[in-house]
Formats: sequence, C-alpha cells, structure tokens
Amino acid sequence: MSQETPLLELRGIRASYDRIEALFGVDLVVNQGSVVALLGPNGAGKTTLLKVACGLMAPSAGDVLYAGKRVNGTRPEELARRGISMVPEGRGIFPNLSVRENLKMMTYTGVSLSQVEEIAFERFPRLAERSRQLAGTMSGGEQQMLAMARGLATNPAVLILDELSMGLAPIIVEELYEIVAQVARSGVSILVVEQFASSVLGVADRAAIMVHGHIVRDGTPQELESELSNAYLGNQPERSGGNK
Amino acid sequence: MSLLEIAEVSVRFGGNLALDGVTLSAEAGEITGLIGPNGAGKTTLFNVITGLQSPTSGRVILSERDLGRLSPTKRARLGMARTFQRLELFSLLSVRENIRVAADIYRSYSGSKDDPALVVESMIDKVGLREVADARVDSLPTGQCRLVELGRSLATRPKVLLLDEPASGQDDNETVAFATLLRELAADGMAVVLVEHDVALVMEVCARVHVLDFGRVIASGAPSAIQTDAAVLAAYLGSGAK
Amino acid sequence: MDKFLTFTIVGLSTGAIYAIIASGLVLTYTTTGIFNFAQGAIGMLCAFAFWQMYIAWEWPLWLALLLSLLVLAPLIGAFIDTAIMRGLEDTTEVTRLVVSIGLLVGLIGLANWIWKPGISRNVSPFFSGHYFSLADTRITGQQLITIAVAIVVALVLWLFLKFTRTGVAMRAVVDDRALASLNGARPNRVSMLAWAMGCTLAGIGGILIAPNVALDAGTLSLLIVNAYAAAIIGRLRSLPLTFLGALILGCTEAYLSGYLNSTPNLAGLRLAAPAILLFIVLLVIPTSRLRGRRQSREFFPMPSWSGTFIFAAAVIFAGVVLATTLSNGDAVTYAKIFSVGILALSLVPLVGFAGQISLATLSFAGIGALVFAHLGAGGNPLALVLAFVIPAAVGALVALPALRLSGIYLALGTAAFAVALDRWIFNLADFDIGPLHISLFQLGSTEVAPLNIFGYSFNTPARQMILVSVAFALISICVVAVRKSAYGRRLLAMKSSEAACATLGLNLVGTKLSVFALSAGISGVGGAILGTQLRSISPQNFDFVSGLPVLLLTVVGGIGAVGGALFAGVSLMGLLPLISLLGVFFAKVAGLLPGIAGVGLGRNPNGTVHDMRDGFESIARYRPAIIWLAIVIPAVWILRLAGIYGNAVFFPLLVLSPVAAVTFATLKIGGLEQTPTVDEIPLEWKGFIEPWKSSDVIELDMALGMNEVTLHVSP
Repeated sequence: MSQETPLLELRGIRASYDRIEALFGVDLVVNQGSVVALLGPNGAGKTTLLKVACGLMAPSAGDVLYAGKRVNGTRPEELARRGISMVPEGRGIFPNLSVRENLKMMTYTGVSLSQVEEIAFERFPRLAERSRQLAGTMSGGEQQMLAMARGLATNPAVLILDELSMGLAPIIVEELYEIVAQVARSGVSILVVEQFASSVLGVADRAAIMVHGHIVRDGTPQELESELSNAYLGNQPERSGGNK
Repeated sequence: MSLLEIAEVSVRFGGNLALDGVTLSAEAGEITGLIGPNGAGKTTLFNVITGLQSPTSGRVILSERDLGRLSPTKRARLGMARTFQRLELFSLLSVRENIRVAADIYRSYSGSKDDPALVVESMIDKVGLREVADARVDSLPTGQCRLVELGRSLATRPKVLLLDEPASGQDDNETVAFATLLRELAADGMAVVLVEHDVALVMEVCARVHVLDFGRVIASGAPSAIQTDAAVLAAYLGSGAK
Repeated sequence: MDKFLTFTIVGLSTGAIYAIIASGLVLTYTTTGIFNFAQGAIGMLCAFAFWQMYIAWEWPLWLALLLSLLVLAPLIGAFIDTAIMRGLEDTTEVTRLVVSIGLLVGLIGLANWIWKPGISRNVSPFFSGHYFSLADTRITGQQLITIAVAIVVALVLWLFLKFTRTGVAMRAVVDDRALASLNGARPNRVSMLAWAMGCTLAGIGGILIAPNVALDAGTLSLLIVNAYAAAIIGRLRSLPLTFLGALILGCTEAYLSGYLNSTPNLAGLRLAAPAILLFIVLLVIPTSRLRGRRQSREFFPMPSWSGTFIFAAAVIFAGVVLATTLSNGDAVTYAKIFSVGILALSLVPLVGFAGQISLATLSFAGIGALVFAHLGAGGNPLALVLAFVIPAAVGALVALPALRLSGIYLALGTAAFAVALDRWIFNLADFDIGPLHISLFQLGSTEVAPLNIFGYSFNTPARQMILVSVAFALISICVVAVRKSAYGRRLLAMKSSEAACATLGLNLVGTKLSVFALSAGISGVGGAILGTQLRSISPQNFDFVSGLPVLLLTVVGGIGAVGGALFAGVSLMGLLPLISLLGVFFAKVAGLLPGIAGVGLGRNPNGTVHDMRDGFESIARYRPAIIWLAIVIPAVWILRLAGIYGNAVFFPLLVLSPVAAVTFATLKIGGLEQTPTVDEIPLEWKGFIEPWKSSDVIELDMALGMNEVTLHVSP
C-alpha cells in the first residue's frame, strides 16, 4: 500500500456550536495505513474535529475529503457504510442493549452478524463470554473493548477513536493501545484523539497538537514529545502559529 | 478550618466511580485551582458542592456547617455561587436583566437594603460589560457570556464562588483582564474555586492547585510544585512521560 | 366471588385496551421524544374508518381490519412524522406539546367533518353470541378476543424489540441517536416506523373499544387520558410496567363500577378514576433532575408601556364600536372575543413567561364562574375577587404534585384534573363538607347574575360588550406589568434555566406555584365574566376539549405577549363564527382550523402576532399612516352611527383601513429598515465601518477561496 496516499483529508475546517466557534481553519491528513494522533488539552476542539470527520457535524467552512472525494454534508450513517468507523468519546456503546445486540447494530453497514461476531470475539474473547449481558453493566474497560470491537467489526478503512483512555486504568489503556497497534499493522488508517499523550505516541506515525481550535504543532511523535508539557501544563504559554 | 471543605466525596454513576473519595478545601481570600483531564470529575464535583448532584458518600462543609442534603437553593442562600461550563444564561433577557434577576433574588432572601439597581450597575462595571449591558445575552460571544454568568453570581454576594471553565471562549486580552478580576475577587475575601483548562491561567492566579484524575485527587500544592509533580505529568502525558 | 370474577374479567379486558394504546404512546415517546396527545384521536379515527368499511359499506371483516390497521394507521403515523414532527427538534417542550394537542383537536375536527356527530353508530361486539365459562362466570367472545389481542401485542412487541434488527435499532436510537447513525442505522426511518407502529397500536385499541361505547369523536379521543395513566405508571419508558399499569387501571375502574354504583355522587368517580389514578401516580414518581438551558428559537421582546396603553385603548375602542353597531344577538356572540381573550391572557404569564403548561384553563374558568354564580348574588363585584382567589387556591393545590416534575407531567396532571372535573365533580349535586355547603351546577345548569357595579347593572349585550373589553384591557395591562416587574424577569429566567435559578437561591417550587395560582386566578375571573355573558352555565361550557383551542390559538398567536391572547379571542370567537356563517362546508373548515393552526406552529414558534406587529411598527414610524388611522377609523364609525350605511359596508371598511395603512407604511419605509448590524457588514467594508480584527483575515480568505488559513494564525 502506498504510504503517501491521503485517505481522509480535512482542509481548512471551521466549525462552531451555536455561535461558539470551536475550530478556526484546521488542516489534517490521514494517509492510507497510517496512525495519526491528535493531541491537546481539554476544550481544544479535538472532538469537534472528529465529529466533522465522521459526518456528525457539518463544518461551517472547509472540506472533508474521503478517498479523494468531497464528502461534506454526507450523513454519518452513509459514511459509516462507506468505511469510516467512529468510536466516540465516553464509551461508544448502547448501555441498555446486550453485547450481542450492540454488535447486531453493526450489521447495518452490510456485514453479516456472524462475521461481526467473528471479528469481535477473536480480538476480544472476553466479550464472547458476556454476549448476553447488558453492555451498561460491564466494567469500563470491557465497555471500551466493546466500543472498539463495534468499530472494527465492519473492517473499516478508517477508524476514528476519541479518547480511548478516558476514565480507564492505565493498564487497560496500554492493553487497548496494543490492539490499536495490531489493527494499524493490518492496514487500517487510524485517527486517534487523546489527552494521555505517551500511550498513543507509541503507536502513532504522525502527531499533531491542537490548542484553542488551531493545530499548533505537527510532526513525528519524537519531534512533538518535548512540546507536550508546555501545551498541557503551560510552563510557557504556547499559542503560536502553525508551521506546516 | 477552611471556608469550604470537601471531605471524602464519592459519586457513583452506575458502574462508574465519577468521584472517588475527594477531599480538598478552599480558603477565603484565595483562588484555588482545580485541574485535570476531561472526565476527571471536575464538573461533577461542582454539582455535588452546589447540591445539583447528591454524592454517594462524603460531606460538603461550608463555614463549619455540614450541608448534608440541602437543596441548591438553600446552599445558594448560605453564600454559594457558581458559573456553568455549559452556559446557563437567561437567554430571553438582556445582560443587565440577567444580573438583576440575581440581585433581586439575593435581596428577597437576605433582607439587604442595597438598591438592586445600583448593585447591578456596579457588577456590570466590575466584570466590564458596560458596553453590552442592554444587549440580549443570546447575541454575545461566549467570552462575554461567561462574564455575564460571573456578574450574575457576584450579585448574590457569595462567600464561595465556583467557576467552571470561565476563561474558555475568551481571547488572550480578555484572559489577562479576567486574571486581574479574579485576584480582586479573592482580595475581597471570597473563596474562589477555579476549574479551567487554560492551565497557564490557573498556574498564574492560584494559591493552591488540586489535580483531579479518574475522580481522585492525585496532587495538591502550590502551582510550581504541581508543574513538576511526577503523578501530574503522568496523568497528563501518560505513564511513560519524562 | 362470582361478581368479583365477573368484574375482574371486565377490568382485564378494559385494561387490555388501555395497555395496547399506552404501549404505542410509550413507543413513540421513547424513540422520538414527542408525547403524542393525539394517540387516542388516532385510535378514534381508525375506529371510525373501520365502522365505515365494516358496518356502513359492509365490507368483509378481514378487509376492513387490514385497511384500517395496516394501511390507514401506519400512513397516518408516517405522515405525522414526516410532515409535522420533523423540524421540531429545536423547539421547546411547550411547542411540541401544543403541536400534538393541535393534532388531537384537528383529528376530532376531521372526524366530525367526515362523520356527522349526533348520529348513533355502533359496532357490534366481536364474536357476539359466543360465551366461554370460567367457574360460574361467563366470558364474552369480545372480552376474550380483547385480552388475547393484548397478549399477542405484548408478545409481538417483545419479539420485535428483542430479536429483530429493526427492533434492536429502535432501542438503540433511544439509548444514543448519534451513535446509532454512526452504526449505519437510519434514525429518521426508525422514528417513522415508531410513529407508524404507535398509530397501529392506537388503531387496534380504538377498534377493540368501539363495541363498548357509542362512537363519538370526543369521547374516544379522550380514552387517551386513561392510557396516559398507564403510560405514566411505566414512567413513559417501560413497556412491561405500562401493561401492568393498564391492567391495574382497568380493574380499578371495573371494581368501582361494580361496587360503587349505589350512591349517585360516586357514580362519576368510576369515570374519573383513571384521571385520579394518574394524579396519584404523579405524586409518587421521583423528582426529575433540574433542567438546564434549552435551545429554542423563541424570542419575546419586552413590551413598552406606550404600546401597551395604545393596545388597551384600541381594545376598549373596539368594544365601544362593536357595542354601538352590532345587533343584540351579535353583541352576545362577539363579546365572547374578550372573555375568551381573558382566558387566553391567563396563559401568557404561565406558559409564555414561565414556560409551564396547563391544560385546565377552562376548568378554572368553570370554577370562577361557579364562584360568581353562587357568591355573587345580584352581580356583586366583590365576588369577582373570590372568583380570582378560589380558583387560584385550587390551582396551587392541583399544580403542587406535578411542579417538581418536568413540563409534560404538569400538562398531564392538569389534563387529569380537567377530566376529573368534567366526568365527576361538575356533575355532582349539592353537598356539604362540615358547615360548608357546596353548590356546583346543581345537576344541570346554574344562573349567573349580570355584574352590578354601584347599582349600574351590565344587563344589556351592549353594556356587556363594553364591560368585557374594558376588563380585557385592564387585565392585559396587569399582565404587561407582571412582565415588566422583577417577578416577570424571574419567570423568564426560570424558563431559560432552572438550574441557574436554583444556584442563585431562587425558590423554584414557590415561584412556579405562584405563577400557576396567578394564571388559575385570571382564568377564574375570565370564567366569571364569561358566566355573566352566558347567563346560564352548565358543565359543557367548561369541558376539557373545548379548552384546548384556547391554548392552541394563544400559542399560535404568540404566547409571550398579550397580543397573542387577543389573537386567540378574535380568532376563536370572532373569525371562526364568521367563517361558519358562510355555510355548512365553511363551518366544518372552521372546526378544523384551530387544530391546523396548532400543528403548523412548528414553523413559527414565536407566534403570528410577532409578525403582525412588525407591520404595525412600520405605521408607528410613518406619521402620515398614524394620522390617516386617527381620522379614518372614527369617521367610518361615526358615519355608521349616523346610519349612512349598514354593517355590511361598515365592517369591511373598518378592517380595510388599518390594512391599507400598514401596507402603505411598509412600502414607504420598508427600505429604511435595513440598517446594517455588526454581523451584516459586507466584507469589503470591514475596517471602514468597524475596527479591523485578526479574525477578519480568515473570513476574507474564505471569501476569496484561499485555503492557507493557518498562515494567518499568529500570536
């Protein structure tokens, strides 16, 4: 596969809630088969950017390109069927549905239930044991596994992960990121948003730091690691311009 | 004894422990910072303190009085005020009217003799909204909306002021002015608790900072100590951070 | 024991019908968030359609069932979803409720149009003549089939929601709509399906109940109140609890009718039982969380004193004009414009300012009218004070249990109260509570004396007309005074954010209680005045369904302003009777209009008056138009008084002159209105009209199609 082919491309994205502007012209490219980490403190606009990428939110300006085609305004269910799979922040599961029913929902993308279950249970054997349990009653880590299983079960081309680690113990986070790395090796492009930086930097090919609705740094994980403490803890307030 | 004490507060939502034995305090005349990653439980803690959310266990103590299961209304009347991360403005009213509602409510329960109209004008000046005082709050940018919420809380003459992300939506100049305002409020004797993701601002104005992670307080101390605290760095940057 | 078993069977079969209807209600509410007040009316429509096909046209049973349940009902559902309910996402709960109430009123109007009311229509019981024996009790085929259908419905719903992908998707949409669409499911289709299924369930219920009652649009539609109680027991979420609630309800009703028949005063209790049960359930369900800020498109500007006084003067002037030109009969008819207007005014503080809802306005009016009838001997005006105080006190009592809950429950609580009055209390004979002798409608109608102030009796239609117009004008001024007071600000604040009000120290329950009492009090006064116009009042004047159009049209007119109340009065008691005069067809249209207006509300949540006022504002800014109006209208009136022409010329002239003024003024100054606001400054003028900001660069880039936005993001 060609490393440099852009699969998902965001160009000059601006977005706002009501009148509250959240994104001020963001450019981001996810190449075929690569893992891109988007980092930044609370409220930087990361989740908003992901919502735009998967069609849950329409940008007020800018373009979303998927496999070279402009997909602005395409509905999320349509993008899901075309291969953009999103695991949203805070457990992308239906808590009042059983594990199996959660997986059943994935069959709307055109994959059969047996196939979905095969993929899900192979990666996350623990889910097979709990297939009849209500998803909301499982532990946080298991819920996140289910969310990821849901995201992967359709063999997506792009997997978008929002705050995989939120509210989870570090050991489980590491476990989840090992799976992310496996998935990436199988050729899926991944866009992942995190606050916990180091866990994701281990698997990312490229990373970007977002602050106040702008991408302020962009580079390889190694290049960015030293910048992070500034962006998060503000030893030296850092809000300067991009350097593309 | 501090003005506001939070003792061993836990909140459980279904299987998730949103707050896990949180203990911290806020002193009168000081700004206390509360930082932590998304989902760490900061807003939940504010909801517990103001009575919008009842804790599974633990106590909130204001001026040496255990607030128990008092309603938000009763807590407000004891001198607790807050702003909201998701703005809770009176969108049908103007800036002046928003603050006036609060001043009127305060007068109705405190028996204060101050003319609420004058109180409102002084609050408008204090938070710097003179130019937009007659505008409907719907038409204002977020940064100014947050100031309206602040002015509204101040009109109830609180002892404890809880600010939930007050600087988000403000530009850099506004943030500088806001820092000055916060210091003035503390100098007036208020206990200000600041939840903010603009960590630079928190480090600049706070006397003490508490760091919340997975619903637990993982560090408390002066800003300089927090910035180098290993546990904090790990929480923000991950366990492998240098 | 025999009797008990018999009534248990009756109760279970009634409960089975409630269960079917209520499960449809729960289904649509959970998946779409819209509480369908028209659920019963849809069932009613299906029952009528079934009657038409099966009885009137003598089509085979299977065909009639198929067409009414699997064609008509789902189509109604799909239509409601796509044409009416979509696009209500960013409206308030009040708007959504009013839209579904509009649907209820509209469907009743439609049924009355197609199937002329007053004709006896019956559906014979299914399997009549077949009996089954259980111990010594006979179970009719109808009862058995009803219970069997309920069991089948429960089973099918369970299988559908549990095992089909669509059913799972429906539950998934309830959990998380956005996530469902990320999964590739289509939430809009799921909503439509939920509406279609909800309507089919309503239809099944309607057809099953048809043999037990005479087919009447109003009665059948109100069966919904019974189903509401069941749905509330299921907390509008749980289907099993809803079924259980329905069975409890059916049995309670059956036992009451079995064991309470002996005393006449308690006979009505049976009919009111579901409403009372609903009320009790509201008392025990846990408090809902405080509501945060809600998005809405609503906008209510602050009224000015000068505008209000002009409004009041115009109202009184209109009263005088009508009093001097109309015949006695017409004056009696059209004076109700203002008394119904007062009822509508009572809704302005409650619904418009405070965002609470009441469906019992007309019931409080009834109480006010009764108070004045019995205590206002000889038309003593002091009794008007009591006509305010007593309904206010009752209103506070009624609202208390529901106030700690969210809007929908308050609406249901007030509906239950209104229905309980209709079916029971208002039909009671005189009774005593201790030393207190309570007199109501005395099993028929009660006389009301005309108001008599210092010996001046308002006993002619013309005097009445002037009296009510003045009363309307005065109460309008009071309502505006409320809006402009600290209290009014507080109400609007509470409507915007209860959470913020609580954390500022506002006593929410006390505030809501006071505004509810105020509203009930104004209704009481309006009812008393309406009573003096009617001279003889009966329970039918104040029934639940007749009260709904008042709410509908006030909201349509603009619930946030007194103009909306006048709009309601004029359209309900002025325009609709006028339209009805045009002929039978138009009378039917008039019956349908309030419903259509309510349903159309989603398009313009601020109300019609808001738009009309823009027109009048242009008059205010164009002096010649004011002068024209000040001369022409009195002149037209004086010429009429002088007998130059009759009403047929006078009223068209009267209506045309302000219309002409508005049109002319708008044309004349229309162009001046576009004063640019900050947002609308054309890009090329930025930096000239207002200081140049860094954000303008980005906007400029976008306009020019430059993508290198990041270049400009400098510190």
